Amino acid sequence: MGEILKSLKAAIWFMFLTFPIMVIKVNPIEDTVVWRWMNMAYIGVGVFFLSFLWRFMLARRNQGKKAEESGKARMPIGQRIAEEPKIKYPAIALVGAFALTIPFWADMYNTNIMTNVLIYVMLGLGLNIVVGLAGLLDLGYVAFYAVGAYSYALLNHHFGANFWVVLPMAGFLGAAFGVALGFPVLRLRGDYLAIVTLGFGEIIRLVLENWNEFSMGPSGIANIDRPPFFGIKMDLFQKTDFMYYVVLALAILTIIAVTRLKNSRIGRAWIALREDEIACQAMGVDRTKTKLMAFALGATWASMAGVVFAAKSTFINPPSFSFWESVLILVIVVMGGMGSVVGVILGASIIVLLPEYFREFSEYRMILFGGAMVLMMVFRPTGIVTAMRQKYTIHK
Amino acid sequence: MKPILDVKNLTMDFGGLRALDSLDIDVRPGEIAALIGPNGAGKTTFFNCVTGMYNPTQGDVLVNSPSGYSTRLNGLKPNKVTERGLARTFQNIRLFQNMTVLENVMIGRHCHSGAGHEIIMDPDNSPVKRMAASAFFGGMEIAATLLKGKRFKEREQETVQYSYKVLEKVGLEKFANNFAKNLPYGLQRRLEIARAMATEPFLLLLDEPAAGMNPQETKELDDLIQRIRDKEGISILLIEHDMRLVMSISQRIFVMDYGKKIAQGTPGEIRTNDAVIKAYLGEDIDA
Amino acid sequence: MDWGYFKELLMGGVVKGSIYALIALGYTMVYGIIELINFAHGEIYMIGAFTALIAAGVLTVAGFPAWSILILASAAAVVWSASYGYTVEKIAYRPLRGAPRLSPLISALGMSIFLQNYVLLAQTSNFMPFKNLFPEEGFLENISEVLSATEVIIIFTSAVVMILLSLFIKYSTTGKAMRATAQDRNMAMLVGVNVDKVISATFIIGSSLAAVGAVLIASNMGQINFFIGFIVGLKAFTAAVLGGIGSIPGAMLGGLVLGCTESFGTGYVSSDYEDVFAFTLLVLILIFRPAGLLGKSDIQKV
Repeated sequence: MGEILKSLKAAIWFMFLTFPIMVIKVNPIEDTVVWRWMNMAYIGVGVFFLSFLWRFMLARRNQGKKAEESGKARMPIGQRIAEEPKIKYPAIALVGAFALTIPFWADMYNTNIMTNVLIYVMLGLGLNIVVGLAGLLDLGYVAFYAVGAYSYALLNHHFGANFWVVLPMAGFLGAAFGVALGFPVLRLRGDYLAIVTLGFGEIIRLVLENWNEFSMGPSGIANIDRPPFFGIKMDLFQKTDFMYYVVLALAILTIIAVTRLKNSRIGRAWIALREDEIACQAMGVDRTKTKLMAFALGATWASMAGVVFAAKSTFINPPSFSFWESVLILVIVVMGGMGSVVGVILGASIIVLLPEYFREFSEYRMILFGGAMVLMMVFRPTGIVTAMRQKYTIHK
Repeated sequence: MKPILDVKNLTMDFGGLRALDSLDIDVRPGEIAALIGPNGAGKTTFFNCVTGMYNPTQGDVLVNSPSGYSTRLNGLKPNKVTERGLARTFQNIRLFQNMTVLENVMIGRHCHSGAGHEIIMDPDNSPVKRMAASAFFGGMEIAATLLKGKRFKEREQETVQYSYKVLEKVGLEKFANNFAKNLPYGLQRRLEIARAMATEPFLLLLDEPAAGMNPQETKELDDLIQRIRDKEGISILLIEHDMRLVMSISQRIFVMDYGKKIAQGTPGEIRTNDAVIKAYLGEDIDA
Repeated sequence: MDWGYFKELLMGGVVKGSIYALIALGYTMVYGIIELINFAHGEIYMIGAFTALIAAGVLTVAGFPAWSILILASAAAVVWSASYGYTVEKIAYRPLRGAPRLSPLISALGMSIFLQNYVLLAQTSNFMPFKNLFPEEGFLENISEVLSATEVIIIFTSAVVMILLSLFIKYSTTGKAMRATAQDRNMAMLVGVNVDKVISATFIIGSSLAAVGAVLIASNMGQINFFIGFIVGLKAFTAAVLGGIGSIPGAMLGGLVLGCTESFGTGYVSSDYEDVFAFTLLVLILIFRPAGLLGKSDIQKV
C-alpha cells in the first residue's frame, strides 16, 4: 500500500510539475491557447509506473553497494563472458570479419554511415583517455577535432596538401594545442576544468565563425580532397570504400594504441590519478605531467579524426564543431563505459546508428541521450561495459 | 649520527589559526618513532607539511638520506618529496579502489620505473635539466608504450616482479589480482604500507596504521612494522592512538598538543610525564 | 571620448550584469553547499521564462488586467522554476551524493540536455515573442535618457531581491542552517541540521531567483526559445566564478563586472565576439585567480 501511495504522490507531483509546459501551448501573436490534457494523463500514468521502477532500481543499487563493501559482489556476467577465451576470440574474429567486409555488401549510403561510426570510435577512444582513464572532464574536446579538420582543409585548399602528409602533422599539432591549453588549466579542480574546456571550445568555434579571412567564416570550406591512393584514379564508389578502409585502419590503430596505453605505466598513473589525486601524488606521480600526457594524447586523436572527417565529408563549417558535438562524444564514452575500449566501440555504434536507422527516433535523440546520462550516472556509473584491469602473471 | 629527518621550528598557519607552532622533531636512522597527542593536536598537519601536501609557513624540513645526501623539503611537491625517499600512508585509507592490489603497488614503483628516472630524480642535476629530461623521456615513453618495444616489456616485467615481492613482504601476494576495494579493512591498511614501501623510502610515515583494527590485527601490524625496520632498514615515524602499540614498538615518542610539542622521550619517560598526563586527561585531574 | 556612448554602454552593462547576478546566485549557493556546478540551472531559468510566457498568454486570453498578469505570471514562473529545481536535485543529484566528483557533473550535464529537449519537444523549437509584462504606465516613462523603464525595473528589482536574499541568509534559521551546511556538512548534521532539507531549500531559492531573472530578461529581450538557458547559464556561471564561487556578494559583483565587460567589449571592439569576451574572461580568471575576486582560496583537505 505504501508503495502505491508513493507512486501516486510522484504521479501527482509530476502532473503538476509538467502542467504548464506539457499541457498548455499559447500562441502569443494570435492570443490563442491550446490545452493538451491528454499529455497530463500520459505523464500521470507513466510516472506512476516508472516510480515503482525507480525505487526498485535504487534499492537494488544500494544492495549492490553493500555487497561490494562486504566483498561478496559477484563478477558481472559481461566480464565473465569477456574473460572466457572461448567466447572472446571468436567474437573478435566475427566483429573483425564484419567490419572488413562491409563495403562488399553494403551500399554507399551504409558504408558512409559505418565510416561515421568509425570516426566516432576514434573520437570516443581519444576522449576516453582524457575522461575515462585520467578522469578529466573535457567539455571542449571538439576544439581539437576542429583543429585537425581545419588544418587539413586549409592546407589542402591553399597548398593542395596531401592527406597522408597532413595526418601525422595534425596529430602533432593537436598534441601541441593540448599541451598549450592543458598547461595553464590542468592545475584547476575537476569541475572548473570542465567549464574552462567548454569555454575554450566555444571560443575556437566562434573564432572560426567570425574570422572570415582565416577560416572563410560560416560558409565553410568546400571541395576538400579525399585521401589519394598512389595516384590511382577512383570513382565515387571506390573513393567511399577506400575512405572506409582508411578510417577502419586508423580506428584499429587507435584501439591498439589505447589498449597499450591503458595497461602501461602511463595508463596506470592516469587511473590512479582519477581514483585519488592526493594519494597518487604521494606515491611519486607527477600530477601535471601525467595529466598533460592524457590531454595531449586525447587531443592527438581528436585532431587526426578531424583530418579524416574533413577528407571524408569534403566540406566543413563551424557548426560541425559545436558544443553538442563534444557532448555527443562524451555520451559515447559515458554510455559505453568509462575506461573501456569495447564499451566505447559499442557506445559509438549505438549513438550513431540508432538515429540513422530509426528515423522517428532521431527527434527524441537528444532528450534520450540527456536522460540516459542521468540514469547511467545514478544506476550504472561504469557504463554498459565495465572497464577491466589487466591480470598479471608472475614468473618465479 | 645525523637524524634522517630533522624538522626545525616548523610553523603552519591556516588564516588566523596556528595549527603547528615552532615544532622540532627528528627521526634517527633505524628508529621507530611515534607522534602522539589528543585529536586535533596537529599530527596529521605535521605529516602534510613534511610530505609536501602543505607548504609550511615557517621552519625547515631537512632530510639526510642514508646515502649521504642532505636536502631541504620545504615547498617541494608531494611527488618530489617521495622521490627524495619519504613515503606515507593516510589516516583514512586512500587506495586506488578500482585498481588491482598489484597495480596499487605498481603505482608506488612509478618514479623508479620510468625511462630516464635516474636523471629526473637525481637532485644534483639542475631543475632545468630535470624538467627537460622529464619532458623528453615522457615523449619517449609514449612512443615506447605505443610501439611496445622489448625494453618497454622488460621494464614492465621488472615492475611487476618488484611489486609482487613487496606484496610477499606484507603477505598480500595471493590477492595480487583482486580489486583493492574488495580487500578486508585490515588488509587495505597493509596494502597502503606495501604501496608506500614500493617507492623505496628510507623513512616511512604511517598515519594511524592501527585505526579500526582488532587486537589480533594490531598485533600482526606490530610485527610487520618491526620487520620493515629490521629487514628493510626503513626508519618509521608513526602517528597512533593505540598506546599499547606505541609503547611497545617505538624507541622515542613525541607528544603534541594544540600544535606544540609538549614532551619527547622514551616510552618510559613519556608514561610518567606530567605535561602528557595533563594533556590527555585534562587540567583538573591532579586534585 | 564620447561620454554619452560610454554612459549608454555602462548602463547596458549594469542591466545585463544585474540579471547575470540574479542567476549567478543560484550557481553560487548550490556550489557553496554541495560543490556541484549545476549545469541545469540555466535550463531552470529557461523554464521560468516559458512558464511566465504561458501563464501570461492564458491570462491575456482570459482578459485579466495588465498588472495582475505581471504578478500572476511572475508568481507562476517562480513556483514552477522552484519545483523543477527541487525535482532535479532529487532525481539527478541526491542519489549521487558520495559518488566520485565526475558523476554528478555528468548527471547535471545530462539533466541540462534533457530539460532543453523536453521544452523543445513539448513547446517549440522556434523563437517565441515575449510580450513585455511591465504595463505601460505614464510614471514609468522617460526616467532617464539612457535607460528604458524596463531597464530601471530590472536594476531595481535585482537590487531588492539580492538585499532580501542577503538578509534571509544572514538572519533566518534556514539561512543559518545553509551557512552551517556550507561550512561543514557532517558537523551541521551532527548538531541537528536536516541537511537534505537545507539542500532542497537551496535549490528552491536559487531556482526562484533564476525565475525572477527570467521574467526580467525576457521582458527586456522580447523573445525566448528553448536554448536561451545554455548561454545565459554559462555566463551566469562565469559571473559566479568571477566573483568567487560560493560567495553571495561575489556573485553580484561578478555579474556586474561581466555585464560591463561584455557591454564595453561589444561597444568598443566588435559585436561579433560578444560571447568570446565572456569566455575569455572566464578562462583568464580561472587560470590566474581561481578563487575569484571575493573568494577565499580553499585548502584541500587531506
